[in-house]
Amino acid sequence: MVSEIERRQDTRLDQYVDFYAQRTQGLTVSAVRALFSVANRPEVVSLAGGMPNIKDLPLGKLGDEISQLICERGMQVFQYGSGQGEQFMRDHITEVMAEEGIHSHSDDVVVSCGSQQGLDLVTRVFCDPGDVVLCEAPSYVGALGTFLAYQVEVVHVEMDDYGISPTALRQAITSLRAAGKRVKFLYTIPNFQNPTGITQPVSRRQELLALAKEEDLLIVEDNPYGLLALDTEPQPALRALDADRVIYLGSFSKIFAPGLRVGWVLAPPAVREKLVMTQEAATLCPPVSAQFIVSHYMENFDWRSQIKVFHEMYRARRDAMLAGLEEHMPPGCSWTNPGGGFFVWLTLPPGLDSQAMLARAVSARVAYVPGTAFYADGFGSRNMRLSFCFPPPDRIIEGTRRLGEVLKAELAMRATFGIEDLPPRPGLVPGPAPDIL
Amino acid sequence: MTEQDTVVVLAGGLSHERDISLRSGRRVAQALRDQGLDVVESDVNSGLVELLRSLDNPVAFPTLHGGVGEDGGLQQALALLRVPYVGSSPTACRRAFNKAICGPLVAAGGLPVPQSAVLPHDMFRELGARQLVEALAERIGFPMMVKPVRSGSALGAAKVEAPGGIPGAMVSAYSYGDVNIIEEFIAGIEVAVTVLDLGDGPKALPAVQIEPNSGVYDYTARYTAGATRFITPADIPAEQAQACAEMAIRAHQILGLGDISRSDIIIRDGQPVFIEANTAPGMTETSLAPLAVQAAGLDFGDICAQLVRIAKARL
Repeated sequence: MVSEIERRQDTRLDQYVDFYAQRTQGLTVSAVRALFSVANRPEVVSLAGGMPNIKDLPLGKLGDEISQLICERGMQVFQYGSGQGEQFMRDHITEVMAEEGIHSHSDDVVVSCGSQQGLDLVTRVFCDPGDVVLCEAPSYVGALGTFLAYQVEVVHVEMDDYGISPTALRQAITSLRAAGKRVKFLYTIPNFQNPTGITQPVSRRQELLALAKEEDLLIVEDNPYGLLALDTEPQPALRALDADRVIYLGSFSKIFAPGLRVGWVLAPPAVREKLVMTQEAATLCPPVSAQFIVSHYMENFDWRSQIKVFHEMYRARRDAMLAGLEEHMPPGCSWTNPGGGFFVWLTLPPGLDSQAMLARAVSARVAYVPGTAFYADGFGSRNMRLSFCFPPPDRIIEGTRRLGEVLKAELAMRATFGIEDLPPRPGLVPGPAPDIL
Repeated sequence: MTEQDTVVVLAGGLSHERDISLRSGRRVAQALRDQGLDVVESDVNSGLVELLRSLDNPVAFPTLHGGVGEDGGLQQALALLRVPYVGSSPTACRRAFNKAICGPLVAAGGLPVPQSAVLPHDMFRELGARQLVEALAERIGFPMMVKPVRSGSALGAAKVEAPGGIPGAMVSAYSYGDVNIIEEFIAGIEVAVTVLDLGDGPKALPAVQIEPNSGVYDYTARYTAGATRFITPADIPAEQAQACAEMAIRAHQILGLGDISRSDIIIRDGQPVFIEANTAPGMTETSLAPLAVQAAGLDFGDICAQLVRIAKARL
């Protein structure tokens, strides 16, 4: 008979635990992220997720026509394609970019699996472990996850009401270079930034481009929300103002369908060549069927009018959120007033910790993303991102009411314990997740 | 079980442990299907009663952690609906889930537990936080553990090393509920003992020794494969293993638990100290109860199926 000692198991429940790459160190289960599981229940008003609201798409007609497309051209639709993306798709992409003043040639476009993969390709092409990427403070959680996956050092640069601060940017570049660091590029979201909703005015864009030229700095412009300007015409893209110093990331996720995962990179020819080869190594080619569907949509549907329909829907939601915040937030809170996109950035009174109070919020049936998700350096605990894109306006207002109650309870608790302010501390491990993008 | 019987594995819910519950539920459901049972999986929501009524002979297998899944609420509802279920009675769940009730009951039954104080947040507001914090520091000492009384998976729990850490830890724990328990920190060997009652009385499975890489068995250490070392049976002297087994069985009996439970124990200077009991132990890929089942030479699916049969026979 085998004794207990002989059959003793000593396990970490992962036989590969000693084999993983160093870059996976941060890929752990998180209690905060697990709370988002509750946010998917209908009882909860989720102001967390940044999912595009595609309820107004003509799904029936699209379904019929896609079916017909497969019947007629299935041999191509379901076949491998070009590593750079299909020519017809790249032609259509130049049309979309022209809406924001970008004059481009389809040869310089590389189609990617969403702009998220575009950013991954750009980072892979430019960054070695230890290199520095400059980002807005705060910045898009999915970008931070990509940078950390390549063991890049993220340095956040202060923002003001007009986006990233040129003064702070120059200081950061100077001090990093003085310290012997290699600054590879500035990653910026100039329109309705995720998570703050802030938009750079043209004058700020020009300042940034002038600074980039002086400092020989590459800019990676991520522009998923540019065509979702709710109050004005779209601003000219950074890439529209400078063709040489900007790599541009675009996406159909916000103006058509995120599930198709079609995005793109527009880059100078030398960079584009490397991106294509990197794309081929990563995926062989971006999904051909999705490119056929997107192209069919652009050729046979009035996609520009559809964006106007989206504007109406998102404007009602944005206005509901701003009205709800005005009515329900306790004194000491402040928030941004976005002219488009999906997000409002809420700043809490000193002493409140958005990550620590998320459990209370979930109990009160409202969810948000703690500000710590958008910093790689432990800041953001006094902030939260509120997303207005998905719930209907009345639910958004109800969500702000619930959130107001949570904040009042939390303020009372802090007052009881005499907590006036909190030091920065490590936050969420950044990374893309469908429920918080 | 008959051919018409359907096992309804309940998972999800609205507690903070929903994510873990969904993982437990999927694993139990698959194990039962592998045993040839007819299984449906369901969240606990407004459609559940209709689902249960639509089935000829449903047997519920709750795998909800925290909230109504462990505080007796769900069990009470199933009892009212006359749906047999795996697990403890509503009253026993209430006793075990609330740490403010569980600890004193187990202590009254003669088992050593950490010194503790239970305080609702209102007390701090009404009496003044400073005085109570000072009293806690004096009476409980450091390090201390601050936990919500109605929560699991270490959510909201924090080890506090000095007086300055108490307010922040209290506020974080109150985010999970209105009442906290402040316990003396017990340093020692951490083990979990699963107790199974398959109709012939409660029996302890081999203790699982827990050694988190980070030194703290928090949520991340619990549910990230590779983040914790599990030694089963625990690498402890036989008399300590026996004492832990007896403690877990005794706690199971004192609390009136049924079918399956897990007691968390810390061995300090060779003596086990009871920390808490779980009426719906985790069943995920990194959970302790399935490890104990395996260490006992038992088949996880077979045990789940036996628990369903026993539940059915109770009707």
